[in-house]
Order: sequence, then C-alpha cells, then structure tokens
Amino acid sequence: MSLATFDLTPLRRADRWHPAELAFWLLPVAAYLVFPDNLVLLTQIAITALFCLSLDLILGYAGIVSLGHAAFFGFGAYAAGLLAANGIGDPLAGLAVAALASAALGFVTSFLVLRGSDLTRLMVTLGIAMMLYEVANKLTDLTGGVDGLQGIEMTPLLGRFTFDLYGKTAYWYAVAVLFLLFWAARKLVHSPFGLSLKGIRLNVARMPAIGAPVNARLSAIYTIGAAYAGIAGALLAQTTQFVALDVLSFNRSAELMLILVLGGSGSLYGAVIGAIVFMSAHHVLSDMNPEYWQFWLGALLVVVVLFARDGVMGGLRRLSHAAGGLRKGAR
Amino acid sequence: MTVLFDGVASGMLLFLISVGLSVTLGLMNFVNLAHGAFAMVGGYLCVLLLNRVGVPFLAALPLAAGLTALVGVVLERTLYRRLYTATHLDQVLFSIGLVFMSIAAAQFLFGAQQQPLTLPDFLRGQISLPGLDMGAYRLFLILLSLVIAFGLQRLVGGTRFGAELRASVDNPRAARGVGINVERVFTLTFALGTALAGLGGALGVEMLGLDPGFPVKYIVYFLIVVAVGGSGNITGSLVASLILGVLDVAGKYYVPQIGAFVIYAVMVVMLIFRPQGLFGRRAAR
Repeated sequence: MSLATFDLTPLRRADRWHPAELAFWLLPVAAYLVFPDNLVLLTQIAITALFCLSLDLILGYAGIVSLGHAAFFGFGAYAAGLLAANGIGDPLAGLAVAALASAALGFVTSFLVLRGSDLTRLMVTLGIAMMLYEVANKLTDLTGGVDGLQGIEMTPLLGRFTFDLYGKTAYWYAVAVLFLLFWAARKLVHSPFGLSLKGIRLNVARMPAIGAPVNARLSAIYTIGAAYAGIAGALLAQTTQFVALDVLSFNRSAELMLILVLGGSGSLYGAVIGAIVFMSAHHVLSDMNPEYWQFWLGALLVVVVLFARDGVMGGLRRLSHAAGGLRKGAR
Repeated sequence: MTVLFDGVASGMLLFLISVGLSVTLGLMNFVNLAHGAFAMVGGYLCVLLLNRVGVPFLAALPLAAGLTALVGVVLERTLYRRLYTATHLDQVLFSIGLVFMSIAAAQFLFGAQQQPLTLPDFLRGQISLPGLDMGAYRLFLILLSLVIAFGLQRLVGGTRFGAELRASVDNPRAARGVGINVERVFTLTFALGTALAGLGGALGVEMLGLDPGFPVKYIVYFLIVVAVGGSGNITGSLVASLILGVLDVAGKYYVPQIGAFVIYAVMVVMLIFRPQGLFGRRAAR
C-alpha cells in the first residue's frame, strides 16, 4: 500500500477548531466581567496555564518526564526581571529575551536529559533545577538571593497601555500571550512534527524505522517547551514586578506536575483546565486554612494517580463517549 | 582530619537513611519519593518516645524503626502495591502526594518548630586523639552503619530471602511459578526499607534536625546517593554516601559560597557518564 492511499481526513479534522473551543476562549472575557476585583488571581491563572502548557508539550506529547521544569520558568523570570531592572522595560522585548534565554538553556540541557531512562531523566532535571536554585540563591548581587529581585519597572505595553494598579493591562496582556502561544502549540501538535512526537511516546523503538530522528525531535520539543516556560516566567516577573527565589523551587515543579495530571496530560485543554481548577481551589481552600490545603493537595494527587489517571479531560472524554453510546442506543 | 571524620559521619547517616531507599527503589523498582517522609515519621516517633514516654535512647531506636515499618506495611498493603506495575511517573506523582500529606500532618500534629532531642550521657562528649576530635555520637553512628551495611549485604546476597527477593524483582512470573510468594516478599522488603528509613530518621534528629520540611529538604540527597551508587547496590550506596558526606561537609567548611551546588553538579555529571550509577548494573527497563 502506498502512502498516498492513507486517509488523512481524521487528522485534518482534528486540526480544525471545534465550536466548544471557541466558547472556551470566551471564558477570559466572561471572567473579566464577572470577577473584576480578582484580576491578579486571574492573571496568575493565565500564567500558570501557560507554564503547564509547556510541561504538557514535553511530558504529555513527547513523554519526557521532568521534575525540574521550574528551572526554565525561573530562568525566564530572572532574564526578564534583570532586563527590566537594568533599564530596558519594554514587556515584549523582555518576553523575547526570556524565551531565547530559556530556549538556549533548554537546548543545551536537552542533550543531558535525553540520555538514560525515565529515572535518570527525573534525577537530571531535578539536579539542573536545584543547581539553578543554588546559583540564584548565592548570586545575591545579581538576583537578590532570598530577598528576591526588586526594582523591576515596566514601560507601557506597545508604548500605549500602562500597567495599572488594578492589573487590567496585566490581565489582558497575559491572556493574549497565553492565547497566541496556545494557538501555536495547537498548530504544532497537529502538525506532522507533533504527530511524530506522539509516535515517539507510544513506541520509541519503531519511530526510527519510519525515518523519524528520535533524539533530534525530542531535543526540539524540549527546547520549545523550555521557551514556553521561560515566557510564562517572564510574564510573572513583569506582571508582579518582582521575582522571588521560589520561582526555581522543587515545590513549583512538583505542583506543576500535579496541575497537569489533574487536568489531563496529553491534551492542551487539559493543561489550561488543570490550571484553572487548581488555582481556584488553591485560592478558596488556602483562604480557609493554609495548613490543610497542602494535605488535601497531597490526597488529591494520590487519588488522581490511583483512580483518575487521565484527569479532568479524561473524565470529560468518557462522559462524551457515554453520551454518544446512549444516543446510538436510542437510535 | 576532623573535617574528614565529620564528613564520614554525615555520610554514614546519609547511608543509613538512603539504603532503605536503595532497597525499595533499586530492588523493587519503585520510585518512592516519600522515603524522606518515612524517615521523618521515624524521627518524630523517636522524639515522642524519648520525651513523652521516657523510653531510653537505645530502646527508642528499634522501636521507632519498628513502628515506622508498621506504617510502611499498612501503606504498602493498601496503596503502594497497586502501583508496582505503574510507570515511574505515576509512582513519582503518588509519592509526592504522600510527601505533601505527611508535611501537612506533621505541621498539624507537632507544629513548625525544630524538635529537641537529648542524647544519653555516654553518647555526648568527645573522644580526643592526637590531631583528631571525634564526637562520641558520630563514632556511634559510623559503627552502627557499618554493622547494618554488612548485615544487609549478607541478607540480600547470602540468604534464601535475598535470593527470593532478587528472583521476584527480576521475573515475578517465574518466581511465582517456582512457589515464591512474591506479594509477601515485596511486603517484607518494603517493611525493611521503611524500617531503615525510620531508624535513619531517628538517628538523624541530632545532626539534621527535625521539622515538617524534612521530607523535601533531604529527599534530593537520598536520591543522589541511590542514583550515584547504583540502585539496589548496598556497597555502591555506602561508597556514594561517604563521597557525598565528605564532599558536602568539606564544601560547606572550605567554600561556603558555593555550598550545595557542588553536589548537584557532581550528580548530574555522574548520571551523564554512568546513568546506571557507579556500581550499578543496567536497569531492567
């Protein structure tokens, strides 16, 4: 059978925008109208969603496990923060620099990460993140150490929109960046490149046989994921005008894993929904009692792993399957 | 000399805690990041037994280890065993969940402060030789660790149980076929791993301190030991802990500016050149 006779329609159809997706992207507008007083939290959600998206690209699609994804987030945050603290306060320039810096770091470390098994990868990514944490901790002259990086001043976005006290500009800025990068990621995962990543995750031994250069592909997606994480970090630095040492911490990497698993890895909407659910729950529950929050967070993680491995998106998919089955049965 | 001695002592302590991890991670192929949480349980139990119940220190140690093992067995029977065949990622997520829960529980039960521990008289004091000051407690630690290392090596390498364990790990189906009760072997091994964690945690209160952040603060060290030493390898863990302990203490003593950086760097470089560890054999998966 020649390649040309393959029916590519389902793949092409997956690339088209579903009406439900368009409705989903009206949520930020609705959220803006419904919770005008919580724009800071909403901005945080958008940033976390972007960060989670970056992990989803490398873990959910390419299957590279990482316990140190905060390394790129923090690196981008410091890159953008330092740039702004040293007089170049243009937000978009900051994003570009952070993306490039994190991508460079991702590209270099990808060669270290791609060697070895899952366990080695977990350890190497963890080690790299911890190394960066130590460096940022010790270079107090540059990063401010545990006190955090201060003195970040942003010039107006595109020369017109100043970052206001209510966080309106920051919110729309974060949402716009999230949407653009989401759109790009969506293109990416439905492209032949994205499909080859899925192939690598599902059967790494067979991919070279159909001519896919496994390591080059993995290294490319790792670099892209790092750039995404760097941009998320830069957004955080720019919108809060502060970089805390905690951007590089182990907790951040671990929490991110939880968010992705909660939403459902291997689905772009899973990453975004996970961020929304997690951050909202965090906001509500930690207001009630900050100590219990961590306990329930852990319990949630255990339950998700044991019983609902595919997260919210998996649940939705099963629901829609069940609904589809009912409809067929009725016919 | 004294730096070297302190380094060896802290390396030995590291060994005591992480050899338990080496057992669960290396022999059972389960990535148990919650290992530090078990060590913390051991530490809190020891402090409780000493300060509230008034059990003497030497009796509190095995009690703490035994009780921790009990906790470990309960968790193994109810939760862990479901995940033996899961991917490493699932195991990591699951055990991180346990870590979060244990931190919050410790904070709730004992508060955020460091726990005090008073050592018995014969373990305080110093033994002075020319050019070398040895803390009595450190000497005690070193001797105890050596005994345990030797005992474990014998147990895994030279007894029937050890052979059954290795068989169960390498090929569970064939092991069942020849009549080994694989579930029981795994439960016992897990109990052994957690008992060692509990013992290490109890012994570590004096040197590492004990507060709810313990499982996260030190898990990286334990993992490094296992990763560098080659998982499931007792001699490897011992050598790796010693190197790590000496490097850590010497680094903090001579070049405090870079501190922990060296250790992470050593680990990453190590893993790149020998992903299977210093003495490890290649992992089955």
